[in-house]
Amino acid sequence: MSAPRPALEAVNLVAGFAGQEVLRGIDLAVPARRITALIGPSGCGKSTLLRCFNRMNDHLAGFFRRGRLNASGRDVYDPAWSLEELRFTVGMVFQKPNPFPMSIRDNVLFGPSLAGVHDRAALDTTLESSLRHANLWDEVKDRLDASALDMSGGQQQRLCIARALASSPDILLLDEPASALDPIATVRLEETVRELADVVTVLLVTHNLQQAARVAHRTAFLYLGELIEEGETTAMFATPRERLTEEYITGRFG
Amino acid sequence: MSVRRFLAVGTAQRWLTAAALLLALAMIVGLVTVVVRVAAGFFWPHPLVELVLADGTRLLGEESGRDVDPAVAGATRVRIKVGNRELSGADFVWVREVEVKERSEPRDAWLLERREYGTFYGTPRRLEGPRSAVDATAPGFAAALAKAIDEAAGRFDEERALLARADRLHAPVARLQARFNAATVAGRDTTALKAELDAARAREQEALAPLLERLAGLRAALAEGALVIATAGGEEKAIPVSGIVRAVAPNGLSTPAKLAVYLARWWEFLAGAPRESNTEGGIFPAIFGTALMVLLMTVAVVPLGVVTAVYLNEYARDNAFTAAVRLALANLAGVPSIVFGAFGLAFFVYTVGGGIDRLFFADTLPTPTFGTGGILWASLTLALLTVPVVVVATEEGLQSVPQAVRDGARALGATRWQTLRRVVLPYAAPGILTGAILAVARGAGEVAPLMLTGVVKLAPSLALDGTAPFLHLDRKFMHLGFHIYDVGFQSPNVEAAKPMVYATVLVLLVLVVLLNVTAIVLRTRLRRRLKRAVV
Repeated sequence: MSAPRPALEAVNLVAGFAGQEVLRGIDLAVPARRITALIGPSGCGKSTLLRCFNRMNDHLAGFFRRGRLNASGRDVYDPAWSLEELRFTVGMVFQKPNPFPMSIRDNVLFGPSLAGVHDRAALDTTLESSLRHANLWDEVKDRLDASALDMSGGQQQRLCIARALASSPDILLLDEPASALDPIATVRLEETVRELADVVTVLLVTHNLQQAARVAHRTAFLYLGELIEEGETTAMFATPRERLTEEYITGRFG
Repeated sequence: MSVRRFLAVGTAQRWLTAAALLLALAMIVGLVTVVVRVAAGFFWPHPLVELVLADGTRLLGEESGRDVDPAVAGATRVRIKVGNRELSGADFVWVREVEVKERSEPRDAWLLERREYGTFYGTPRRLEGPRSAVDATAPGFAAALAKAIDEAAGRFDEERALLARADRLHAPVARLQARFNAATVAGRDTTALKAELDAARAREQEALAPLLERLAGLRAALAEGALVIATAGGEEKAIPVSGIVRAVAPNGLSTPAKLAVYLARWWEFLAGAPRESNTEGGIFPAIFGTALMVLLMTVAVVPLGVVTAVYLNEYARDNAFTAAVRLALANLAGVPSIVFGAFGLAFFVYTVGGGIDRLFFADTLPTPTFGTGGILWASLTLALLTVPVVVVATEEGLQSVPQAVRDGARALGATRWQTLRRVVLPYAAPGILTGAILAVARGAGEVAPLMLTGVVKLAPSLALDGTAPFLHLDRKFMHLGFHIYDVGFQSPNVEAAKPMVYATVLVLLVLVVLLNVTAIVLRTRLRRRLKRAVV
């Protein structure tokens, strides 16, 4: 029996913009149904790596990449796999909450409606389960038709998580999801993220080491476009194998 | 303090900028004040004054102006509106104040607003009915006069309705006649058409007979009854009751009664049809024509402008071509509007309209249907004129949509089109609305291009009515802006019509302000909702 198939996989990934390499040969396997944090100083390429997996970088001018990228065991550049279908499988939540100017219900059901789901009962089930997984159901169940723009920042970010979950993705990419939130909203968001491992594989970019320690099962440390160290979070924070990792964790740079 | 220091601190600059603002404000406030004062005061029943001059002349009328006497230093002169155009030949006389021996405001002086010849000022003697007469001194005189005027007005309404029915009865004959004429000109065989035309004529005559009979009765009734009234000079004149729109004795009226007259006059102005080559009566057809034209223009320009801006901003690459398109759009906004009018006449009216006529209305040619100015062509010409405004505003709206929101939709698996349709356009709605507001404000105030493409001094019927197909896009229409030009500068009696011009300007201003306020309120609401999205 071989090891379980990784949910996300980068094999010798080189990527960058306009001839400038940002990632220089990354090999990373993200295990399924776990939370993996990507840490590293600003500009180390952790967001670029994250956005490689759902091909969001492809929209940016001058982007190039070499090497393989797999999601759920399938090449993300497989011509038979459309960009849209890939993103139903690999969801994403951004730094700043970005609710759409529509009701809470329509925000959450945006993905399913794109996929052409019109069955009301199925949509209602999706709505409730997505909002429950995002820890938002109890707060908004009485005002599902209110504008999403009237919510607080923390609620909006959890709404964005619910919105991503509504397409029932295998993988969820979180790009510094708490960076625009106040401390209390951050705590609630972290609780939410911890419970997500029950339903999806989470790859989390964070510049907050404590957050990685609190939330992630596994952590990967990137430095100047190279993967320095990757392993169980507790082990890595207690006894880092590499000198660079130790210096970063103890706050000597970054 | 040195000059350098003084300039560096900028106190003078602050005062200069404030002065510029003040100047702009003063001009706007001045314009609005003048318009509102003249227009609002015009409909109030002003007192009638009777003047006896040094040479014994008696004058009755309203004081309508006062200025420095150019002949005598230090003296003033008064302008009196004396009306009675058919007797005196002029509506106004100037009177030197030194020549006025006696001034009074007689309570038995009346003014009559008439369907023809303008206002009549005088002292009524008696009301002559078909059978009896009521003396002006009798207690029931005012009520009897009001009742007689009311009855005549009712008969006029019925007459108008009968004439409209007669017009509708005549329509099939007119169509056949046009086909017959066209066939004759073309040298085709006309025997069948001739028979058809004669049959239609016979049917029309048959249907028309009872109508004409009723019309004759109405006209006979309208000819009955006259008010015998004496001018200030003592000359008596019998004025048919049917010629009177309103009779008022302002000097004896209480304030509430004056207010009633005031409101009735405003109502007539806003809801009535024009009289006396537009210098009296109402401006309803012009208000209606303006509103309908602006509506049609908006329906045409907003989709066109939005689609153009979407392509430019969302799909087209930034290259020399798009730069040239943007430059061309900016320049298009600076082209004189009369050029657009000429283009509208050549392209819409002659080319497109003429083509439609040749294809669908060939049997009535050479009489044009769409090949002549009309509300559709005027609206499309204005749509062309305002398209740059909508494009620029929509582009700004699209550029204001946060990249985070676009990325959010793409990351959820939305295609470019789905992102645009479901997220970006709702977000850009305030910008699009701004474009629509600016287009409407510009379109409502534009006159020159309309003069070439469909506006007329007096349109026989509205472009929207009860006969199929209800919206008559080929009809010519009246417009407030053109009405102002026509009444103010082209009418035979400019001085008497001047207050009408001010009142029309006021209505146009109010219309534009209302349109703007509505749109701005709408936009502010949308913006407030969107602003909260950005944390």
